[in-house]
Amino acid sequence: MMKPMLGEAWLAMGANRLRTALTMLGMVIGVGAVVIMLAIGQGAQYAVQQTISTMGSNLFIVLAGSFTAAGVRSGSAGGPTLTVGDAEAIAELDGVANVAPTHQGSRQLVYGSQNWSTQVIGTTPPYLDARAWNVVNGAAFGDSDVRSSTRVALIGKTVAENLFGDEDPVGKTMRIQQNPFMVIGVLGSKGQNLDGRDQDDTVIIPLSTAQRKVFGTPFLGSVRMIMVQAESAEAMPRVEAGVEALLRQRHRLREGSPNDFFMRNLSAAAESEAETTRTMSILLGAIASISLLVGGIGIMNIMLVSVTERTREIGIRMAIGARQKDILAQFLLEAVMISFAGCLLGLLLGLAIALGINAVTGMVVVISGSAALIAFAVAATVGIFFGWYPARKAARLDPIEALRYQ
Amino acid sequence: MSEAVIRVVGLGKSYATAAGLFPALKGVDLAIRPGEYIAIMGPSGSGKSTFMNLLGCLDTPTIGDYWLAGENVAQMDNDALARLRNRTLGFVFQGFNLLPRMSLQDNVALPLVYAGVDKETRRAAARELLAKVGLGQYAESLPNRISGGQQQRVAIARALVNKPRLILADEPTGNLDSHTSEEIMRLFGELNGEGITIVLVTHEPDIAAHAKRQVRFLDGQIVGDHLTEHAP
Ligand SMILES: Nc1ncnc2c1ncn2[C@@H]1O[C@H](COP(=O)(O)OP(=O)(O)OP(=O)(O)O)[C@@H](O)[C@H]1O
Ligand SMILES: [Mg+2]
Repeated sequence: MMKPMLGEAWLAMGANRLRTALTMLGMVIGVGAVVIMLAIGQGAQYAVQQTISTMGSNLFIVLAGSFTAAGVRSGSAGGPTLTVGDAEAIAELDGVANVAPTHQGSRQLVYGSQNWSTQVIGTTPPYLDARAWNVVNGAAFGDSDVRSSTRVALIGKTVAENLFGDEDPVGKTMRIQQNPFMVIGVLGSKGQNLDGRDQDDTVIIPLSTAQRKVFGTPFLGSVRMIMVQAESAEAMPRVEAGVEALLRQRHRLREGSPNDFFMRNLSAAAESEAETTRTMSILLGAIASISLLVGGIGIMNIMLVSVTERTREIGIRMAIGARQKDILAQFLLEAVMISFAGCLLGLLLGLAIALGINAVTGMVVVISGSAALIAFAVAATVGIFFGWYPARKAARLDPIEALRYQ
Repeated sequence: MSEAVIRVVGLGKSYATAAGLFPALKGVDLAIRPGEYIAIMGPSGSGKSTFMNLLGCLDTPTIGDYWLAGENVAQMDNDALARLRNRTLGFVFQGFNLLPRMSLQDNVALPLVYAGVDKETRRAAARELLAKVGLGQYAESLPNRISGGQQQRVAIARALVNKPRLILADEPTGNLDSHTSEEIMRLFGELNGEGITIVLVTHEPDIAAHAKRQVRFLDGQIVGDHLTEHAP
């Protein structure tokens, strides 16, 4: 019963191709929007999880300098404001798990005939703990390396591949700013961060070495940034407030004067970025539901026209033995098939656009089988819901009236 | 006398019109035995089509009883009526009523689809019947590729495909020229020879002369019922 009816529904759709195609348009747009919505929404979710898990949790950073009300960063007149001493004082605060003063910048690495430009981070051992970053080959440097400014380096996977190729980098000597550095370890892979930057494209060296040999700071002991990790998410607000109060006191800022440092909660930043994306996907969801509604009404409309046009055909079918449920099934199937065809095209359109968004903006999109499943379920529901009334109208025709219809 | 395949008692049908109820059929009694070949005659508007539609279970009577193959049709629901139309009888229309988008073979096989018969059997049966009505070579053609007389033969093949006990035909030659009409009537004659009961409506005496029995309608009533004198 089902198979010959499928063939007939296909024929009926093909009998009026332009009309069928126009009818499907609403479904195509609706399903396309659903697919994009899910791809972006799930992408945002994934990106946040990814970022938080690779960045480390409960982190915030303190930056030297201040932001005016207009958002313009202005360095404090007396030069750099954050010091290693500040970092040591923060470490004493209650609820703080790790503190790492850092100084970073972009530099050229040279090994043999290879060279590679990358981000160089000068920091202290707690940095690796704060970012839950482990060394997969070799070993990390310790506090003694920082104290005696040894020229040792940990390199990211991308650096290892580009500078050393197939060689084992551990124990090799490369140059940063003419200074020889011995590679003592390779870092585990972290992949891209939320902005699409490759986190494995980096070199980590002791802070003091960085300041002396690589960046050449005029004030030894001053740093651009301090990374702070709280013991828990609950401790975050307390630690942030504590750090702010401590630094204002240490920097002898009078009441009412602005901070000469800036604090940024990294986890919250990732969350808020994801929130923006989520809002966008809710907007898409609204477009999707409206398109699906309009698409459904379009299907209902065209099916009603089709039932009227084919009244005589329905009469003939009834005269040779079609039951009401046969006629109902035939028209319902036709509506669902239009809906499915629209869904399939919408799925392809949505996929293409989602991939396009990813290619152009670098935004993370996740394309899952569940999205396709949801799209098909939606299409079937729309087809059955909006096809029901016309199909029932067809099934309830009086055979003799239908046969008389011209 | 074997049991009647059709028996109607006091069958009446009134249509609601602007001028009130119009009685198109006023209490008709008739019994038709298996194997009979009946022509229904009568002037236009005398109720012949109304009567045929009731016999074909396409319409429901206002009053009276109708037994088809021993079953009381008045007490049946829609599905049971559809089943009778599908299996017990075959209806042939004046205007052929083939489905235009389907091949002749699919047209002939369509009643089998509603009977739940599998594809291979449907194909074989449709082919066999098309061959029987002399149109085997057109199986894959669309209805608009063949003449009116050929279309009517396809319609008859469709009416026969589910092996019905009787064929009801309302002016089957009404749209055909006299030569083609003769061919159709020859086909009906053969079918009757195979034992199928046939009831057909016609305006033309020489068409009616093919039947074995002639029933005359006037103003919604039967006014004459006799055997054909010189059956060909
Ligand atoms: N659906 C209807 N509504 C109202 N009146 C109808 C309807 N169908 C038929 N009639 C009337 O009932 C009467 C009988 O009609 P019917 O079609 O049975 O006649 P007929 O004998 O088949 O005529 P013809 O030889 O022209 O086909 C006619 O007067 C017709 O106008
Ligand atoms: Mg008539």
